[in-house]
Amino acid sequence: MGKTIIEKIIQDHTQDEVSPGRIVWMDLDVRTARDFGGPNVVKNFEREYGEIPVENPRKTFFTFDLCVPACSLKYAENQQVCRLFARKKGIRIFDVDSGIGSHVLIEEGLARARRTVVGTDSHMNILGAVSCFGQGMGDVDITFAFKTGKTWFEVPETVKVVIEGIPSSSTGAKDLALFILKNLGTKKAALKAVEFTGDVFRRFALSDRITLCSMVTEMAGIIGFIPEFDASVEKQIEGFMGVPYEPYAADGDAVYADTIRINAAGLVPQVSVPFLPHKVEDVACLTEIPIDTGFIGSCTNGRTEDIARAARVLKGRKVKDGVSLKIVPATRRVYRELLENGILENLFMSGAIISNPGCGGCAEGHIGLTGSGETQVSTGNRNFEGKQGKGRTYLAGPEVVAASCILGRMGTPEDL
Amino acid sequence: MAEKTIRGKIWMLTGTDGNLIEDIDTDQIYHNAFLHITDISQMGAYALGNLEGWKDFSRKASAGDFVVAGRNFGAGSSRQQAVDCFLALGISLILAPSFGAIYFRNAVNSGFPVIKCPALKDFVASQQLKTGDILYINLKTGEARNEIRDTLFSVEPMSRVQEEIYDAGGLFLYGKSGNRGK
Ligand code: SF4
Repeated sequence: MGKTIIEKIIQDHTQDEVSPGRIVWMDLDVRTARDFGGPNVVKNFEREYGEIPVENPRKTFFTFDLCVPACSLKYAENQQVCRLFARKKGIRIFDVDSGIGSHVLIEEGLARARRTVVGTDSHMNILGAVSCFGQGMGDVDITFAFKTGKTWFEVPETVKVVIEGIPSSSTGAKDLALFILKNLGTKKAALKAVEFTGDVFRRFALSDRITLCSMVTEMAGIIGFIPEFDASVEKQIEGFMGVPYEPYAADGDAVYADTIRINAAGLVPQVSVPFLPHKVEDVACLTEIPIDTGFIGSCTNGRTEDIARAARVLKGRKVKDGVSLKIVPATRRVYRELLENGILENLFMSGAIISNPGCGGCAEGHIGLTGSGETQVSTGNRNFEGKQGKGRTYLAGPEVVAASCILGRMGTPEDL
Repeated sequence: MAEKTIRGKIWMLTGTDGNLIEDIDTDQIYHNAFLHITDISQMGAYALGNLEGWKDFSRKASAGDFVVAGRNFGAGSSRQQAVDCFLALGISLILAPSFGAIYFRNAVNSGFPVIKCPALKDFVASQQLKTGDILYINLKTGEARNEIRDTLFSVEPMSRVQEEIYDAGGLFLYGKSGNRGK
Protein backbone atom coordinates (compact mmCIF):
# COMPACT_ATOMS: atom_id res chain seq x y z
CA MET A 1 0.00 0.00 0.00
CA GLY A 2 1.31 3.46 -0.88
CA LYS A 3 2.33 6.01 1.70
CA THR A 4 1.47 9.64 2.35
CA ILE A 5 4.23 12.19 2.99
CA ILE A 6 4.12 11.90 6.77
CA GLU A 7 4.16 8.10 6.53
CA LYS A 8 7.25 8.23 4.30
CA ILE A 9 9.17 10.56 6.61
CA ILE A 10 8.33 8.45 9.65
CA GLN A 11 9.23 5.25 7.78
CA ASP A 12 12.67 6.73 7.09
CA HIS A 13 13.20 7.12 10.84
CA THR A 14 11.97 3.82 12.21
CA GLN A 15 12.34 0.09 11.78
CA ASP A 16 8.76 -0.44 12.87
CA GLU A 17 6.02 -0.92 10.36
CA VAL A 18 4.34 2.39 9.53
CA SER A 19 0.61 2.71 9.00
CA PRO A 20 -1.99 5.07 10.51
CA GLY A 21 -2.85 4.28 14.12
CA ARG A 22 0.36 2.36 14.79
CA ILE A 23 2.78 3.58 17.41
CA VAL A 24 6.41 3.54 16.33
CA TRP A 25 9.77 4.53 17.73
CA MET A 26 11.13 7.36 15.65
CA ASP A 27 14.71 8.66 15.40
CA LEU A 28 14.94 12.41 15.85
CA ASP A 29 17.32 14.44 13.73
CA VAL A 30 16.95 17.52 15.92
CA ARG A 31 15.52 18.12 19.40
CA THR A 32 15.13 21.52 20.99
CA ALA A 33 13.78 23.29 24.03
CA ARG A 34 12.95 26.96 24.31
CA ASP A 35 12.98 29.38 27.24
CA PHE A 36 9.49 28.12 28.15
CA GLY A 37 9.60 24.39 28.82
CA GLY A 38 13.40 24.34 28.62
CA PRO A 39 13.94 24.80 32.37
CA ASN A 40 11.53 21.90 33.07
CA VAL A 41 13.48 19.75 30.64
CA VAL A 42 16.68 20.62 32.53
CA LYS A 43 15.03 19.87 35.88
CA ASN A 44 13.67 16.52 34.67
CA PHE A 45 16.95 15.57 33.06
CA GLU A 46 19.02 16.34 36.15
CA ARG A 47 16.59 14.52 38.44
CA GLU A 48 16.25 11.43 36.25
CA TYR A 49 19.55 11.12 34.45
CA GLY A 50 21.99 13.33 36.38
CA GLU A 51 25.47 13.38 34.91
CA ILE A 52 24.61 11.22 31.89
CA PRO A 53 25.32 13.12 28.65
CA VAL A 54 22.58 14.04 26.19
CA GLU A 55 22.42 11.60 23.31
CA ASN A 56 24.06 13.76 20.66
CA PRO A 57 24.83 17.34 21.67
CA ARG A 58 25.23 18.34 18.02
CA LYS A 59 21.59 17.48 17.36
CA THR A 60 20.34 19.12 20.54
CA PHE A 61 19.62 22.85 20.93
CA PHE A 62 18.09 25.52 23.08
CA THR A 63 16.26 28.30 21.27
CA PHE A 64 15.28 31.33 23.34
CA ASP A 65 12.48 33.26 21.69
CA LEU A 66 9.55 33.89 24.03
CA CYS A 67 10.88 36.56 26.33
CA VAL A 68 14.03 37.95 24.76
CA PRO A 69 16.01 39.49 26.35
CA ALA A 70 14.29 38.43 29.57
CA CYS A 71 11.76 41.04 30.71
CA SER A 72 10.99 39.37 34.02
CA LEU A 73 13.15 37.83 36.68
CA LYS A 74 11.43 34.48 36.20
CA TYR A 75 12.50 34.29 32.56
CA ALA A 76 15.99 35.54 33.34
CA GLU A 77 16.42 32.77 35.90
CA ASN A 78 14.95 30.16 33.58
CA GLN A 79 17.17 31.11 30.66
CA GLN A 80 20.21 30.98 32.89
CA VAL A 81 19.23 27.48 34.11
CA CYS A 82 19.27 26.37 30.46
CA ARG A 83 22.58 28.15 29.73
CA LEU A 84 24.38 26.45 32.62
CA PHE A 85 23.03 23.06 31.59
CA ALA A 86 23.97 23.71 27.95
CA ARG A 87 27.55 24.59 28.91
CA LYS A 88 27.86 21.43 30.96
CA LYS A 89 26.49 19.18 28.23
CA GLY A 90 28.02 20.93 25.23
CA ILE A 91 24.67 22.00 23.75
CA ARG A 92 24.44 24.98 21.42
CA ILE A 93 22.09 27.80 22.36
CA PHE A 94 20.43 30.17 19.94
CA ASP A 95 20.33 32.86 22.56
CA VAL A 96 18.11 35.90 23.11
CA ASP A 97 19.46 37.70 20.04
CA SER A 98 18.46 34.99 17.54
CA GLY A 99 14.71 35.10 17.03
CA ILE A 100 11.93 32.52 16.74
CA GLY A 101 13.38 29.03 17.23
CA SER A 102 11.48 27.22 14.47
CA HIS A 103 12.54 29.88 11.94
CA VAL A 104 16.15 29.76 13.07
CA LEU A 105 16.13 25.99 12.53
CA ILE A 106 15.01 26.53 8.92
CA GLU A 107 17.55 29.30 8.29
CA GLU A 108 20.37 27.18 9.67
CA GLY A 109 19.40 24.24 7.46
CA LEU A 110 18.84 22.12 10.58
CA ALA A 111 15.16 21.55 9.89
CA ARG A 112 15.16 20.41 6.29
CA ALA A 113 13.20 18.17 3.97
CA ARG A 114 12.64 14.61 5.22
CA ARG A 115 14.02 15.26 8.70
CA THR A 116 12.32 14.86 12.08
CA VAL A 117 12.45 17.66 14.67
CA VAL A 118 10.77 18.05 18.07
CA GLY A 119 10.71 20.94 20.52
CA THR A 120 8.70 22.51 23.33
CA ASP A 121 6.80 24.71 20.86
CA SER A 122 3.25 23.92 19.79
CA HIS A 123 3.93 25.53 16.40
CA MET A 124 6.93 23.32 15.63
CA ASN A 125 4.80 21.76 12.88
CA ILE A 126 5.52 24.97 10.94
CA LEU A 127 8.52 22.98 9.64
CA GLY A 128 6.11 21.24 7.27
CA ALA A 129 6.77 24.34 5.13
CA VAL A 130 10.14 22.84 4.18
CA SER A 131 8.83 19.24 4.08
CA CYS A 132 10.28 18.49 7.50
CA PHE A 133 8.29 16.67 10.17
CA GLY A 134 8.26 19.05 13.13
CA GLN A 135 6.27 18.40 16.27
CA GLY A 136 5.74 20.21 19.56
CA MET A 137 5.80 18.16 22.75
CA GLY A 138 5.71 18.50 26.52
CA ASP A 139 8.73 18.62 28.78
CA VAL A 140 8.64 14.91 29.72
CA ASP A 141 8.78 13.91 26.06
CA ILE A 142 11.53 16.39 25.25
CA THR A 143 13.60 15.29 28.26
CA PHE A 144 13.43 11.75 26.95
CA ALA A 145 14.35 12.96 23.45
CA PHE A 146 17.42 14.76 24.87
CA LYS A 147 18.46 11.54 26.61
CA THR A 148 17.82 9.03 23.81
CA GLY A 149 17.45 10.92 20.52
CA LYS A 150 14.16 9.12 20.00
CA THR A 151 10.48 9.47 20.64
CA TRP A 152 7.42 7.31 20.16
CA PHE A 153 4.73 8.52 17.85
CA GLU A 154 1.33 7.36 16.72
CA VAL A 155 1.30 7.55 12.93
CA PRO A 156 -1.54 9.92 12.01
CA GLU A 157 -3.98 9.56 9.17
CA THR A 158 -3.66 12.13 6.38
CA VAL A 159 -6.36 14.33 4.85
CA LYS A 160 -5.95 15.93 1.47
CA VAL A 161 -7.16 19.51 1.20
CA VAL A 162 -7.65 20.60 -2.40
CA ILE A 163 -7.84 24.31 -3.04
CA GLU A 164 -9.74 25.11 -6.20
CA GLY A 165 -9.70 28.46 -7.97
CA ILE A 166 -7.33 31.38 -7.65
CA PRO A 167 -7.83 34.01 -4.92
CA SER A 168 -7.99 37.68 -5.93
CA SER A 169 -4.69 39.52 -6.28
CA SER A 170 -5.44 41.67 -3.22
CA THR A 171 -4.91 38.64 -0.97
CA GLY A 172 -1.85 36.83 0.32
CA ALA A 173 -1.01 33.55 2.01
CA LYS A 174 -2.50 34.69 5.32
CA ASP A 175 -5.90 35.34 3.79
CA LEU A 176 -5.89 31.88 2.25
CA ALA A 177 -4.70 30.33 5.53
CA LEU A 178 -7.53 32.04 7.44
CA PHE A 179 -10.05 30.98 4.80
CA ILE A 180 -8.89 27.35 4.99
CA LEU A 181 -9.06 27.53 8.78
CA LYS A 182 -12.61 28.86 8.52
CA ASN A 183 -13.55 25.89 6.34
CA LEU A 184 -11.77 23.18 8.31
CA GLY A 185 -12.54 24.52 11.77
CA THR A 186 -10.89 22.57 14.57
CA LYS A 187 -12.40 19.18 13.75
CA LYS A 188 -11.93 18.25 10.09
CA ALA A 189 -8.13 18.04 10.31
CA ALA A 190 -7.92 17.24 14.02
CA LEU A 191 -5.06 14.88 14.90
CA LYS A 192 -4.34 14.34 11.22
CA ALA A 193 -1.58 15.29 8.83
CA VAL A 194 -2.71 17.54 5.98
CA GLU A 195 -1.49 17.66 2.38
CA PHE A 196 -2.50 20.91 0.68
CA THR A 197 -2.81 20.72 -3.07
CA GLY A 198 -4.03 23.00 -5.82
CA ASP A 199 -2.51 25.25 -8.49
CA VAL A 200 -2.47 28.23 -6.15
CA PHE A 201 0.41 26.63 -4.26
CA ARG A 202 2.78 26.16 -7.18
CA ARG A 203 4.25 29.60 -6.78
CA PHE A 204 3.84 29.85 -3.05
CA ALA A 205 7.13 31.30 -1.77
CA LEU A 206 8.83 29.92 1.32
CA SER A 207 7.37 32.70 3.47
CA ASP A 208 3.87 31.86 2.18
CA ARG A 209 4.40 28.19 3.00
CA ILE A 210 5.49 29.12 6.51
CA THR A 211 2.35 31.21 6.97
CA LEU A 212 -0.02 28.42 5.97
CA CYS A 213 1.81 25.60 7.74
CA SER A 214 2.02 27.57 10.99
CA MET A 215 -1.77 27.70 11.17
CA VAL A 216 -2.24 23.94 10.95
CA THR A 217 -1.91 24.10 14.75
CA GLU A 218 -5.07 26.23 14.87
CA MET A 219 -6.77 23.63 12.64
CA ALA A 220 -5.83 21.08 15.40
CA GLY A 221 -3.83 19.16 12.81
CA ILE A 222 -0.58 17.30 13.44
CA ILE A 223 1.28 18.90 10.53
CA GLY A 224 0.70 20.31 7.03
CA PHE A 225 2.71 19.75 3.86
CA ILE A 226 2.48 21.55 0.52
CA PRO A 227 3.77 19.11 -2.09
CA GLU A 228 3.07 21.54 -4.96
CA PHE A 229 5.90 23.76 -6.14
CA ASP A 230 7.54 24.72 -9.39
CA ALA A 231 11.27 24.89 -10.07
CA SER A 232 11.60 28.55 -9.05
CA VAL A 233 10.26 27.81 -5.58
CA GLU A 234 12.55 24.83 -5.22
CA LYS A 235 15.50 27.06 -6.15
CA GLN A 236 14.40 29.72 -3.70
CA ILE A 237 14.21 27.26 -0.82
CA GLU A 238 17.59 25.76 -1.68
CA GLY A 239 19.21 29.18 -1.94
CA PHE A 240 17.66 30.22 1.33
CA MET A 241 18.67 27.19 3.34
CA GLY A 242 21.93 26.45 1.58
CA VAL A 243 21.08 22.74 1.35
CA PRO A 244 19.48 20.68 -1.42
CA TYR A 245 15.68 20.60 -1.31
CA GLU A 246 14.47 17.03 -1.67
CA PRO A 247 10.87 16.81 -0.57
CA TYR A 248 8.75 13.71 -0.84
CA ALA A 249 5.54 13.43 -2.76
CA ALA A 250 2.92 10.96 -1.59
CA ASP A 251 2.73 7.66 -3.45
CA GLY A 252 0.10 7.51 -6.17
CA ASP A 253 -1.84 4.88 -4.24
CA ALA A 254 -1.46 6.49 -0.82
CA VAL A 255 -4.57 6.24 1.35
CA TYR A 256 -6.24 9.38 2.72
CA ALA A 257 -8.75 9.58 5.54
CA ASP A 258 -10.65 12.23 3.60
CA THR A 259 -10.39 14.65 0.68
CA ILE A 260 -11.78 18.11 1.32
CA ARG A 261 -12.32 20.56 -1.53
CA ILE A 262 -12.38 24.28 -0.84
CA ASN A 263 -13.23 26.83 -3.49
CA ALA A 264 -11.09 29.93 -3.03
CA ALA A 265 -11.80 31.56 -6.39
CA GLY A 266 -11.89 35.34 -6.04
CA LEU A 267 -11.12 35.19 -2.31
CA VAL A 268 -10.97 38.67 -0.71
CA PRO A 269 -8.94 39.69 2.39
CA GLN A 270 -9.93 37.79 5.52
CA VAL A 271 -9.96 38.60 9.22
CA SER A 272 -10.34 36.33 12.24
CA VAL A 273 -12.63 37.78 14.89
CA PRO A 274 -11.97 37.46 18.66
CA PHE A 275 -11.70 35.09 20.43
CA LEU A 276 -11.43 32.10 18.10
CA PRO A 277 -8.93 31.85 15.22
CA HIS A 278 -11.40 29.95 13.03
CA LYS A 279 -14.11 32.61 13.38
CA VAL A 280 -13.21 34.24 10.08
CA GLU A 281 -14.99 36.92 8.04
CA ASP A 282 -14.33 39.16 5.02
CA VAL A 283 -12.59 42.40 6.02
CA ALA A 284 -15.28 44.24 4.09
CA CYS A 285 -17.83 43.29 6.81
CA LEU A 286 -15.72 44.78 9.58
CA THR A 287 -14.65 48.22 8.35
CA GLU A 288 -16.53 50.01 11.14
CA ILE A 289 -14.25 48.65 13.83
CA PRO A 290 -11.80 51.23 15.25
CA ILE A 291 -8.23 50.02 15.83
CA ASP A 292 -5.92 51.04 18.69
CA THR A 293 -2.93 48.83 17.98
CA GLY A 294 -1.40 46.86 15.17
CA PHE A 295 1.15 44.07 15.31
CA ILE A 296 3.15 42.59 12.43
CA GLY A 297 5.34 39.59 13.17
CA SER A 298 5.14 36.13 14.83
CA CYS A 299 6.10 32.78 13.35
CA THR A 300 3.15 33.17 10.98
CA ASN A 301 3.99 36.53 9.36
CA GLY A 302 7.42 37.57 10.58
CA ARG A 303 9.50 36.96 7.42
CA THR A 304 11.11 39.71 5.35
CA GLU A 305 8.51 39.23 2.58
CA ASP A 306 5.66 39.66 5.08
CA ILE A 307 7.08 42.83 6.53
CA ALA A 308 7.91 44.13 3.03
CA ARG A 309 4.22 43.74 2.09
CA ALA A 310 3.29 45.97 4.99
CA ALA A 311 6.09 48.40 4.14
CA ARG A 312 4.71 48.88 0.62
CA VAL A 313 1.41 49.99 2.14
CA LEU A 314 3.10 52.22 4.72
CA LYS A 315 5.60 53.89 2.39
CA GLY A 316 5.02 57.63 2.28
CA ARG A 317 2.11 57.32 4.72
CA LYS A 318 1.82 57.65 8.49
CA VAL A 319 0.33 55.49 11.21
CA LYS A 320 -2.70 57.43 12.44
CA ASP A 321 -2.26 59.59 15.53
CA GLY A 322 -3.22 57.64 18.62
CA VAL A 323 -2.61 54.28 16.96
CA SER A 324 0.58 52.31 17.55
CA LEU A 325 2.03 49.76 15.16
CA LYS A 326 4.49 47.20 16.52
CA ILE A 327 6.73 45.30 14.14
CA VAL A 328 8.80 42.30 15.23
CA PRO A 329 11.05 40.50 12.71
CA ALA A 330 11.03 36.72 13.13
CA THR A 331 14.80 36.40 13.26
CA ARG A 332 18.04 38.31 13.24
CA ARG A 333 18.48 37.41 9.58
CA VAL A 334 15.14 39.03 8.76
CA TYR A 335 16.18 42.10 10.74
CA ARG A 336 19.40 42.38 8.73
CA GLU A 337 17.55 42.00 5.42
CA LEU A 338 15.13 44.76 6.41
CA LEU A 339 18.08 46.94 7.30
CA GLU A 340 19.96 46.25 4.08
CA ASN A 341 17.08 46.82 1.70
CA GLY A 342 15.95 50.05 3.32
CA ILE A 343 12.62 48.73 4.57
CA LEU A 344 13.48 49.49 8.16
CA GLU A 345 13.83 53.17 7.30
CA ASN A 346 10.42 53.24 5.58
CA LEU A 347 8.84 51.61 8.58
CA PHE A 348 10.51 54.03 10.93
CA MET A 349 9.38 57.05 8.90
CA SER A 350 5.78 55.81 8.96
CA GLY A 351 5.84 55.88 12.75
CA ALA A 352 6.10 52.15 13.46
CA ILE A 353 7.79 50.71 16.53
CA ILE A 354 10.40 48.14 15.52
CA SER A 355 11.73 45.66 18.05
CA ASN A 356 14.42 43.02 18.15
CA PRO A 357 13.45 39.59 16.78
CA GLY A 358 11.47 36.96 18.70
CA CYS A 359 7.94 35.98 19.68
CA GLY A 360 7.13 39.40 21.13
CA GLY A 361 3.66 40.58 20.15
CA CYS A 362 2.36 37.02 19.96
CA ALA A 363 3.44 35.52 23.24
CA GLU A 364 3.38 37.71 26.32
CA GLY A 365 6.83 38.81 25.36
CA HIS A 366 8.71 42.04 25.29
CA ILE A 367 6.65 44.30 23.05
CA GLY A 368 3.64 44.88 25.18
CA LEU A 369 0.14 43.63 25.84
CA THR A 370 -3.33 45.04 25.23
CA GLY A 371 -5.38 46.60 28.01
CA SER A 372 -9.12 46.16 28.65
CA GLY A 373 -11.12 47.70 25.83
CA GLU A 374 -8.12 47.92 23.49
CA THR A 375 -8.60 46.62 19.94
CA GLN A 376 -5.62 45.11 18.19
CA VAL A 377 -5.21 43.82 14.66
CA SER A 378 -2.41 41.31 14.46
CA THR A 379 -0.65 39.05 11.96
CA GLY A 380 -0.31 36.37 14.67
CA ASN A 381 -2.01 32.99 14.67
CA ARG A 382 -4.04 32.99 17.88
CA ASN A 383 -6.51 35.44 19.32
CA PHE A 384 -7.71 33.54 22.36
CA GLU A 385 -9.03 35.63 25.20
CA GLY A 386 -6.19 36.84 27.39
CA LYS A 387 -3.39 35.62 25.12
CA GLN A 388 -2.01 39.08 24.35
CA GLY A 389 -3.56 40.93 27.27
CA LYS A 390 -7.11 41.97 28.12
CA GLY A 391 -8.01 43.53 24.78
CA ARG A 392 -9.62 42.07 21.68
CA THR A 393 -7.34 40.79 18.93
CA TYR A 394 -8.30 40.36 15.27
CA LEU A 395 -6.01 38.30 13.03
CA ALA A 396 -5.20 39.40 9.48
CA GLY A 397 -2.46 39.60 6.87
CA PRO A 398 0.31 42.25 6.90
CA GLU A 399 -1.35 44.56 4.33
CA VAL A 400 -4.61 44.70 6.29
CA VAL A 401 -2.75 45.41 9.53
CA ALA A 402 -0.74 48.20 7.90
CA ALA A 403 -3.78 49.74 6.20
CA SER A 404 -5.85 49.53 9.41
CA CYS A 405 -3.15 51.35 11.37
CA ILE A 406 -3.11 54.17 8.81
CA LEU A 407 -6.92 54.38 8.74
CA GLY A 408 -7.44 53.92 12.49
CA ARG A 409 -10.12 51.38 11.62
CA MET A 410 -10.21 47.96 10.02
CA GLY A 411 -9.56 48.21 6.30
CA THR A 412 -7.51 47.20 3.27
CA PRO A 413 -4.95 49.10 1.15
CA GLU A 414 -7.75 49.79 -1.32
CA ASP A 415 -9.53 51.91 1.31
CA LEU A 416 -6.58 54.32 1.57
CA MET B 1 7.74 -7.56 33.59
CA ALA B 2 4.43 -5.95 34.51
CA GLU B 3 1.17 -7.95 34.57
CA LYS B 4 -0.13 -8.85 31.11
CA THR B 5 -3.64 -9.79 32.12
CA ILE B 6 -5.29 -7.50 34.56
CA ARG B 7 -8.61 -7.87 36.30
CA GLY B 8 -10.84 -5.14 37.60
CA LYS B 9 -14.33 -3.97 38.39
CA ILE B 10 -15.58 -1.42 35.89
CA TRP B 11 -17.08 2.01 36.26
CA MET B 12 -19.00 2.99 33.13
CA LEU B 13 -18.88 6.76 32.81
CA THR B 14 -22.43 7.10 31.53
CA GLY B 15 -24.64 10.17 31.36
CA THR B 16 -28.31 10.46 32.25
CA ASP B 17 -29.24 8.81 28.92
CA GLY B 18 -27.32 5.66 29.85
CA ASN B 19 -24.73 6.18 27.09
CA LEU B 20 -21.02 6.55 27.68
CA ILE B 21 -20.14 10.24 27.91
CA GLU B 22 -18.03 11.40 24.96
CA ASP B 23 -15.42 14.18 24.80
CA ILE B 24 -14.78 14.25 28.55
CA ASP B 25 -12.12 16.94 28.74
CA THR B 26 -9.21 17.39 31.09
CA ASP B 27 -10.99 20.17 32.94
CA GLN B 28 -13.83 17.78 33.81
CA ILE B 29 -11.32 15.14 34.83
CA TYR B 30 -9.17 17.44 36.92
CA HIS B 31 -10.31 20.99 37.48
CA ASN B 32 -7.77 23.76 36.98
CA ALA B 33 -8.51 25.08 40.48
CA PHE B 34 -6.34 22.24 41.84
CA LEU B 35 -3.41 22.48 39.47
CA HIS B 36 -1.22 23.89 42.24
CA ILE B 37 -1.16 20.49 43.98
CA THR B 38 2.13 18.76 43.21
CA ASP B 39 1.89 15.71 45.46
CA ILE B 40 0.32 12.93 43.37
CA SER B 41 -1.13 11.16 46.42
CA GLN B 42 -3.35 14.20 47.07
CA MET B 43 -4.76 14.36 43.55
CA GLY B 44 -7.07 11.36 43.78
CA ALA B 45 -9.76 13.26 45.68
CA TYR B 46 -10.34 15.51 42.63
CA ALA B 47 -10.61 12.82 39.94
CA LEU B 48 -13.69 13.52 37.78
CA GLY B 49 -14.51 16.22 40.32
CA ASN B 50 -15.93 18.44 37.60
CA LEU B 51 -17.93 15.86 35.63
CA GLU B 52 -21.69 16.10 36.13
CA GLY B 53 -23.00 12.98 37.89
CA TRP B 54 -19.53 11.72 38.79
CA LYS B 55 -18.25 14.25 41.30
CA ASP B 56 -18.21 11.64 44.08
CA PHE B 57 -16.15 9.18 42.00
CA SER B 58 -13.12 9.32 44.27
CA ARG B 59 -15.20 8.13 47.23
CA LYS B 60 -16.83 5.29 45.28
CA ALA B 61 -13.83 3.88 43.41
CA SER B 62 -11.41 1.36 44.88
CA ALA B 63 -7.85 0.53 43.99
CA GLY B 64 -7.68 -1.86 41.05
CA ASP B 65 -10.92 -0.64 39.41
CA PHE B 66 -11.20 0.11 35.68
CA VAL B 67 -12.74 3.20 34.10
CA VAL B 68 -14.73 2.85 30.86
CA ALA B 69 -15.47 6.06 28.93
CA GLY B 70 -16.83 7.38 25.63
CA ARG B 71 -14.76 8.48 22.65
CA ASN B 72 -12.12 11.22 22.82
CA PHE B 73 -11.52 10.78 26.54
CA GLY B 74 -9.08 13.38 27.85
CA ALA B 75 -9.59 16.00 25.18
CA GLY B 76 -8.27 19.47 25.88
CA SER B 77 -5.26 20.67 27.81
CA SER B 78 -1.96 18.94 28.35
CA ARG B 79 -2.23 18.71 32.14
CA GLN B 80 -0.53 15.60 33.49
CA GLN B 81 -2.72 15.78 36.62
CA ALA B 82 -5.64 14.41 34.60
CA VAL B 83 -3.70 11.15 34.38
CA ASP B 84 -2.08 11.32 37.82
CA CYS B 85 -5.39 11.65 39.67
CA PHE B 86 -6.40 8.15 38.49
CA LEU B 87 -2.98 6.77 39.39
CA ALA B 88 -3.45 8.22 42.86
CA LEU B 89 -6.73 6.33 43.28
CA GLY B 90 -5.11 3.11 42.12
CA ILE B 91 -7.31 2.89 38.99
CA SER B 92 -5.57 0.24 36.97
CA LEU B 93 -6.87 0.79 33.43
CA ILE B 94 -8.94 3.13 31.27
CA LEU B 95 -10.89 1.74 28.34
CA ALA B 96 -12.36 4.03 25.66
CA PRO B 97 -12.96 4.02 21.90
CA SER B 98 -10.36 6.80 21.53
CA PHE B 99 -8.37 9.29 23.59
CA GLY B 100 -7.21 12.89 23.24
CA ALA B 101 -3.74 12.79 21.66
CA ILE B 102 -1.84 14.52 24.47
CA TYR B 103 -3.78 12.66 27.15
CA PHE B 104 -2.82 9.38 25.51
CA ARG B 105 0.86 10.42 25.34
CA ASN B 106 0.87 11.49 28.98
CA ALA B 107 -0.75 8.23 30.14
CA VAL B 108 1.60 6.04 28.13
CA ASN B 109 4.59 8.02 29.40
CA SER B 110 3.41 7.37 32.97
CA GLY B 111 3.19 3.63 32.32
CA PHE B 112 -0.58 3.77 32.84
CA PRO B 113 -2.61 1.37 30.64
CA VAL B 114 -4.96 3.29 28.38
CA ILE B 115 -6.65 0.83 26.06
CA LYS B 116 -8.64 1.54 22.93
CA CYS B 117 -11.78 -0.34 22.07
CA PRO B 118 -13.47 1.10 18.98
CA ALA B 119 -16.53 -1.17 19.35
CA LEU B 120 -17.24 -0.19 22.93
CA LYS B 121 -20.48 1.57 22.04
CA ASP B 122 -21.95 -1.64 20.60
CA PHE B 123 -21.16 -3.62 23.74
CA VAL B 124 -22.92 -1.01 25.82
CA ALA B 125 -25.92 -0.94 23.49
CA SER B 126 -26.26 -4.71 23.66
CA GLN B 127 -25.94 -4.60 27.45
CA GLN B 128 -22.78 -6.67 27.50
CA LEU B 129 -21.11 -4.22 29.83
CA LYS B 130 -22.45 -2.68 33.01
CA THR B 131 -20.95 -0.86 35.94
CA GLY B 132 -19.85 -3.43 38.51
CA ASP B 133 -18.96 -6.10 35.95
CA ILE B 134 -15.57 -7.70 36.34
CA LEU B 135 -13.30 -7.73 33.30
CA TYR B 136 -10.13 -9.60 32.53
CA ILE B 137 -8.09 -7.84 29.85
CA ASN B 138 -4.97 -9.24 28.23
CA LEU B 139 -3.00 -6.13 27.35
CA LYS B 140 -0.83 -8.00 24.92
CA THR B 141 -3.37 -9.93 22.88
CA GLY B 142 -6.40 -7.69 23.36
CA GLU B 143 -8.56 -10.57 24.57
CA ALA B 144 -11.15 -9.43 27.08
CA ARG B 145 -13.56 -11.45 29.17
CA ASN B 146 -16.50 -10.32 31.20
CA GLU B 147 -16.53 -12.63 34.20
CA ILE B 148 -20.03 -11.70 35.32
CA ARG B 149 -21.78 -12.21 31.98
CA ASP B 150 -19.35 -14.83 30.75
CA THR B 151 -18.83 -13.03 27.43
CA LEU B 152 -15.70 -12.58 25.37
CA PHE B 153 -14.80 -9.51 23.34
CA SER B 154 -11.70 -7.84 22.04
CA VAL B 155 -9.91 -4.57 22.63
CA GLU B 156 -6.89 -3.17 20.80
CA PRO B 157 -3.76 -4.78 22.21
CA MET B 158 -1.08 -2.40 23.43
CA SER B 159 1.35 -1.49 20.69
CA ARG B 160 4.83 -2.82 21.23
CA VAL B 161 6.04 0.63 22.16
CA GLN B 162 3.28 1.19 24.67
CA GLU B 163 3.96 -2.23 26.16
CA GLU B 164 7.68 -1.56 26.52
CA ILE B 165 7.09 1.70 28.35
CA TYR B 166 4.44 0.03 30.49
CA ASP B 167 6.81 -2.81 31.35
CA ALA B 168 9.54 -0.38 32.33
CA GLY B 169 7.16 1.54 34.58
CA GLY B 170 7.11 4.77 32.60
CA LEU B 171 9.08 6.71 30.04
CA PHE B 172 11.87 7.90 32.35
CA LEU B 173 12.51 4.42 33.70
CA TYR B 174 12.36 3.12 30.17
CA GLY B 175 15.05 5.68 29.26
CA LYS B 176 17.23 4.40 32.09
CA SER B 177 16.80 0.77 31.17
CA GLY B 178 19.27 1.20 28.34
CA ASN B 179 16.50 0.06 26.05
CA ARG B 180 15.91 2.93 23.70
CA GLY B 181 13.49 1.56 21.22
CA LYS B 182 14.61 -0.15 18.10
S1 SF4 C 1 5.33 33.61 17.48
FE1 SF4 C 1 3.75 32.93 18.91
S2 SF4 C 1 2.88 31.05 18.06
FE2 SF4 C 1 4.83 31.47 17.01
S3 SF4 C 1 6.37 30.30 18.15
FE3 SF4 C 1 6.33 32.36 19.02
S4 SF4 C 1 4.87 32.25 20.71
FE4 SF4 C 1 4.52 30.43 19.44
